Amino acid sequence: MTSLAKDIAPSTGGQPMVKAEAVHKSFGLSHVLKGIDLEVNPREVFCLVGPSGSGKSTFLRCINHLEKINAGRLYVDGRLVGYRQQGDKLYELKEKEVSAQRRDIGMVFQRFNLFPHMTALENVMEAPIQVKRETKAVARERAQQLLDRVGLGDRIGHYPAQLSGGQQQRVAIARALAMQPKLMLFDEPTSALDPELVGEVLDVMRDLAADGMTMIVVTHEMGFAREVGDSLVFMDDGVVVESGHPREVLMNPQHERTKSFLSKVL
Amino acid sequence: MTEISDRIPPPAPSVPPEQIKAIPVRHYGRWVAGVVIIGLLVLIGIAFSNAKINYGVIPDYLFDPGIVTGAWTTLYISVLAMLLGVVLGIVIAVMRLSSNPVTSTVAWVYIWFFRGTPVLVQLLLWYNIALVFPILNLGFYKDEMNQVMTPVLTALLGLGLNEAAYMSEIVRAGIQSVDEGQTEASHALGMTQGKTLRRVVLPQAMRVIIPPTGNEFINMLKTSSLAYAVQLPELIKKATDISSTSLAVVEMYFVACIWYLFLTTIFSIVQYYIERRYARGSSRSLPPTPLQRMRKYLRMFGSFRRPEVAR
Repeated sequence: MTSLAKDIAPSTGGQPMVKAEAVHKSFGLSHVLKGIDLEVNPREVFCLVGPSGSGKSTFLRCINHLEKINAGRLYVDGRLVGYRQQGDKLYELKEKEVSAQRRDIGMVFQRFNLFPHMTALENVMEAPIQVKRETKAVARERAQQLLDRVGLGDRIGHYPAQLSGGQQQRVAIARALAMQPKLMLFDEPTSALDPELVGEVLDVMRDLAADGMTMIVVTHEMGFAREVGDSLVFMDDGVVVESGHPREVLMNPQHERTKSFLSKVL
Repeated sequence: MTEISDRIPPPAPSVPPEQIKAIPVRHYGRWVAGVVIIGLLVLIGIAFSNAKINYGVIPDYLFDPGIVTGAWTTLYISVLAMLLGVVLGIVIAVMRLSSNPVTSTVAWVYIWFFRGTPVLVQLLLWYNIALVFPILNLGFYKDEMNQVMTPVLTALLGLGLNEAAYMSEIVRAGIQSVDEGQTEASHALGMTQGKTLRRVVLPQAMRVIIPPTGNEFINMLKTSSLAYAVQLPELIKKATDISSTSLAVVEMYFVACIWYLFLTTIFSIVQYYIERRYARGSSRSLPPTPLQRMRKYLRMFGSFRRPEVAR
């Protein structure tokens, strides 16, 4: 099998792919992120775990500026997300510039969010044609290759409604990869799937990790985190409670909160 | 207590079980309702056939050149006004959903005014617009307003601007019906707001927008008769003109009705096929078109086979 992400854009220098410094986020009165500091290195599989409502999905959405942070700094590949700093002033980026930043960050959603009016192939071709201005022929060939690699080469003409959840999520991964991102965000990619279908999606993610893609994965699949993850962060109530190598944290949690959470999910 | 072995189901028989042939429930109420309704229809038919209406002249006037050009005018003013309404309606819907308070308020006021006043009044206002702007001066073009506002332009503006108010509400409902995850996914792929709207949101909104739009168009075909008041030579005006000389007043309205029914029927069929096109991806398989269904029935009769019972 050829590699899923053979065109990963090289990262600039030895800096972390994602760097968060005291990131805060509130929705109205509810303070969801209360100072997140973390670093994700290139080629790392970084797992975010924690109870629902702990802010892990919100943090993920801040990374590609689907949510605006209220305080702190968030860098992707050395560049501030959503803002430009001149002196000590921050300027909001224009819509076009935000879109340009998002191009390099792939995202996979819990509920797939495939475009239902397009076939699997068209879903994967859409962004390269519309955003990167690739020709149809080039986009089609890449889309076909990507769908082959996620094991759906024979389903390219199907509409999302004609595919199972696991197949839809694999198309969604191919769609994100079509933009040749240097970072992939996974927001509970298997939580909406039948237990039987979880494996096929995790297999694709495992291949992607083996190819050296930098991945941030919000997940409840502790098995996947332990096996594939390079680092793991346990979040609760908007703060990082504990972090370290997945095996360390999962096998030997130090905090009471982590212990009680893991005792329920493992 | 029965023996446990009694509860174990017997092995499946190799012959299929006997088909059930039960006496169906009798629906006496349906029979009564059917008889009453048919009786009423017959009475209405008798009343109409005994009326002092000269049905014989209807076929004579059906293809009268005046009537045919009137029907043509009705058709093209409806299509043009609808086009204006749809394009302007999309613009106003997007304005209404915009985060700029000025544009959204302007859109709100537009809808409030054009939806809140009768079309007939709006038509008459356009007809008398020269009272407000006696001279039209576009810089490169200057003329008296009364010369510019032909009946066609008056009808087009009156009907189209009114329609835009309704269409904008339909489009807004359609846009809002599209799941937010679609916009997020599109943004996450690096698509801008405009691209997201054009490529992702509007195509999906179409499924919600099309049925009421078809309704609006069929309404427009009939509402365009109000342009009679601003001297547009459409179907009703032509029918009235002829009736004033031929004295066949009600007969001419029957002629007009036949034409309206013809036009609305044609467009109902067109609407069916457009809806089918935008249903792509929303259901696993598309419903057959009436033609396909007819062919299926013909095949069934042709082979003299009974259709297989689905369930």
